[in-house]
Amino acid sequence: MSGFSPAFLSSTSNSFVELARVVAPEALPTMAGHELGQHVPEGTTIICFRTAAGILMAGDRRATIGNMIASHSMEKVRPADDYSVIGIAGTAGLALDLIRLYQLELEHYEKIEGARLSLGGQANRLASMLRGNLSLAMQGLSVVPLFAGVDEMTPAGQIFSFDVTGGKYEEHRFHSIGSGSGFARGALKKLWQPDLDADAAISVAVEALFDASDDDSATGGPDFIRQIAPTIFTVDLEHGVVEIPSADVMSVATSVVDRRTRKAQS
Amino acid sequence: MSQAQFYVSPEQLMKDRADFARKGIARGRSVVVLRYDEGILLLAENPSPTLHKIAEIYDRIGFAAVGKYNEFETMRQAGVRYADLRGYSYHRSDVTARGLTNAYAQTLAGVFTTEAKPFEVELVVAELGLSSETDQLYRLSYDGSLMDETEHVAIGGQADAITATLKDLATSVLPLREVFDHGVRALAAASSGSLSTEDLEAAVLDRNASGHRTFKRLSDAMMAQLQED
Repeated sequence: MSGFSPAFLSSTSNSFVELARVVAPEALPTMAGHELGQHVPEGTTIICFRTAAGILMAGDRRATIGNMIASHSMEKVRPADDYSVIGIAGTAGLALDLIRLYQLELEHYEKIEGARLSLGGQANRLASMLRGNLSLAMQGLSVVPLFAGVDEMTPAGQIFSFDVTGGKYEEHRFHSIGSGSGFARGALKKLWQPDLDADAAISVAVEALFDASDDDSATGGPDFIRQIAPTIFTVDLEHGVVEIPSADVMSVATSVVDRRTRKAQS
Repeated sequence: MSQAQFYVSPEQLMKDRADFARKGIARGRSVVVLRYDEGILLLAENPSPTLHKIAEIYDRIGFAAVGKYNEFETMRQAGVRYADLRGYSYHRSDVTARGLTNAYAQTLAGVFTTEAKPFEVELVVAELGLSSETDQLYRLSYDGSLMDETEHVAIGGQADAITATLKDLATSVLPLREVFDHGVRALAAASSGSLSTEDLEAAVLDRNASGHRTFKRLSDAMMAQLQED
């Protein structure tokens, strides 16, 4: 052991991924593999929309392997930094690794540069990391993120969707990804409106995810037995990223289910 | 015709290098790092709001430096790269100040003995423990020599004067506002006189911080608030 590796002292990059590629390529997700698509857990429905204050992103908690439920409590929506969130659908192992790597990428930039990367910069960085995963996507291990956040330039917030080739698209009202996304988007088309307040926004999110879980076997609904609620994060310039406590989400879910039960029995 | 080679004894060579580095460091203003009951305070006399002498390395590790800016900036960035890579390869809890300090010491010692000119820097690496007893303060010199301190540590040209002012003071049991006052007074006594918040740069590693990153810069307004209370 004799001090820092030369790359640490001479590197001029502020990207963690570039650094790791030089110094410790074995630590990064690998680029080689075989047809594994049928054997690995996959994550499912993520929704995101604008609210009066900023952005809300929510995701169900189920991961599946084919027709088996692999996990009841996976968290597919995470804070990317203090003012942005990322949600991921696709191959679970890769998705969680990508989230961890992306969180570190933003933190690394912030520490090296002494300033936060702008929201547009963050979205572009994520797109280029996805491009790096293209060969994995070709083998059936695809990962598709949804990214949203606020910064001083865009206090109302921005939502970005991506495809496996690294294509980046800005969404202006709401968006959903994953196997249940069609049903969730259908629900959002009817329920979403501009300037939703905080409580209404949570209710809309729970309803949309409930619709997705109702018709898509790979999306989990609120789990009243284990008390597992969908993950919901809000982002605004004043408070940053805030996770809605699971108990609050469960109580909204209870009233949604009650309402639907009454409707079904009337 | 090649230049004649004269014999220089190793003692003289090392002494010349040490004098050179010490002279460079003595020109700059000082930094003091003090433990308080709920964390660690890093305090620097630094009129620049953007060229920092105090920085975040990792979740519970802070960095303070004096000397030549480009040299300690290289050391800071190397520290961030080391910590982030280690935390990613293993786990966030596996990044320790001891490991980082060891890398700093080896690098500084290597540069001191083999390069044309030693780094004109002094560093402090502070790690916030889960409890107050496990806080760690390390002081590194230009030649890679390493000391660990218990309550507070000063670096820079006026380090001895600051340490003398704070002598016998157990800051680790005092609240932040008292420790802040002690720190500012010690810095002011060692330099020109009174210091306003614009002349200061401060940050804390806060044991009560929510989330994994405990490092927080104190704005001028927050420092003024601390002085008023």
